Amino acid sequence: MFKNFFPNKILSITYTKINGLVSLLIAVLVVGLIYSLIISPPDYIQGDSVRIMYVHVPSSFLALGCFGFIGVASILNLIFKIKFMPLLSKSLAPAGCIFAIISIITGSLWGKPTWGIWWVWDARLTSMLILLIFYIAYILTWKLVKSFEKANKISSIIGIVGLLNIPVIKYSVDWWNTLHQPSSITLTSAPTIHYTMLIPLLIMFLGMLIYTLIIFLMQYKIEVIKFKLKKKKYLK
Amino acid sequence: MLSKKVKTRIFFLSLSVLVLIAVIFFILKSLEENVVYFFSPSEIYNKTNISFNKKIRVGGLVKINSINKKDSSINFIITDLKKEIIVTYKGLVPNLFSEGKGVVAEGKLKDRKYFIADKILAKHDENYMPPEVSKALEKSDN
Repeated sequence: MFKNFFPNKILSITYTKINGLVSLLIAVLVVGLIYSLIISPPDYIQGDSVRIMYVHVPSSFLALGCFGFIGVASILNLIFKIKFMPLLSKSLAPAGCIFAIISIITGSLWGKPTWGIWWVWDARLTSMLILLIFYIAYILTWKLVKSFEKANKISSIIGIVGLLNIPVIKYSVDWWNTLHQPSSITLTSAPTIHYTMLIPLLIMFLGMLIYTLIIFLMQYKIEVIKFKLKKKKYLK
Repeated sequence: MLSKKVKTRIFFLSLSVLVLIAVIFFILKSLEENVVYFFSPSEIYNKTNISFNKKIRVGGLVKINSINKKDSSINFIITDLKKEIIVTYKGLVPNLFSEGKGVVAEGKLKDRKYFIADKILAKHDENYMPPEVSKALEKSDN
């Protein structure tokens, strides 16, 4: 399985395979959106604004997950100097960044009718904004720093420092008093979301996961080709 | 197995990460007063360095049968099931503000039991369910 990520294998992933994934994505998203926007019931206090959750929660989760991956890959990259690690995390960053933005925007759209305010500086919201800043810094490093070696080092350090922020985001709602509610889905206890709402949430999560995978594969392929072309230039 | 170079890298990386974690921990610990978004009534009761001219936030549950509306002002009690604070507020409350639900009030303390709010925010909990289920739950409780 791990071997598939080696640079030469990715080139065998053709556009027909990616198109297959795209049709799967459309199918899952259509089912997920119909389920979450029409079939699923309104909430007992929030009413229909609960439907924002079906986009907000999966995108927050993926934003954290993508950066978690970038952080771990950055550690492996600095220690073992594996050539394709930076390419992997570099290709995952844009999708994660978009999800962090979506999470913050949908969150504030939900916050206004529910809390009565668009934004507060509580621990969860602030740490999520810091994550977005880390994403932007990470992407900008690759864009602005010309030398590959230098960009690789700086971005890996950003990845590792940003990784420390991930548990702070996750547990901010348990460690401090926050306006943001604690997690409804935990590993240790039964979810506090009714199953008629949990099912569309999981379908939407699956859809967004497939989306991330598609963007990642396309981006990774481009990065590998770019990397190989650059190496060729050096050899000349 | 691991070469000496890799071992030194592991050593230095884990050392710097540990130092970084310690630094972040101490920063967050010393800023705890500012990191928490609100205080519960018990925390205010036990607080030693309390200031009455600074804006603070109090959060908890709105006590059942405590909301008292008069003209444009509203009085209610915030409780954390141990201690209580009486809150008075002038203005519109959010739609989700109701008895038995979470609330955060921003304003100034008059004394440890009395709070004058200039902003009320509703706090939502982690429970999501359709209205029928909530009604059924209420029925089984009574």
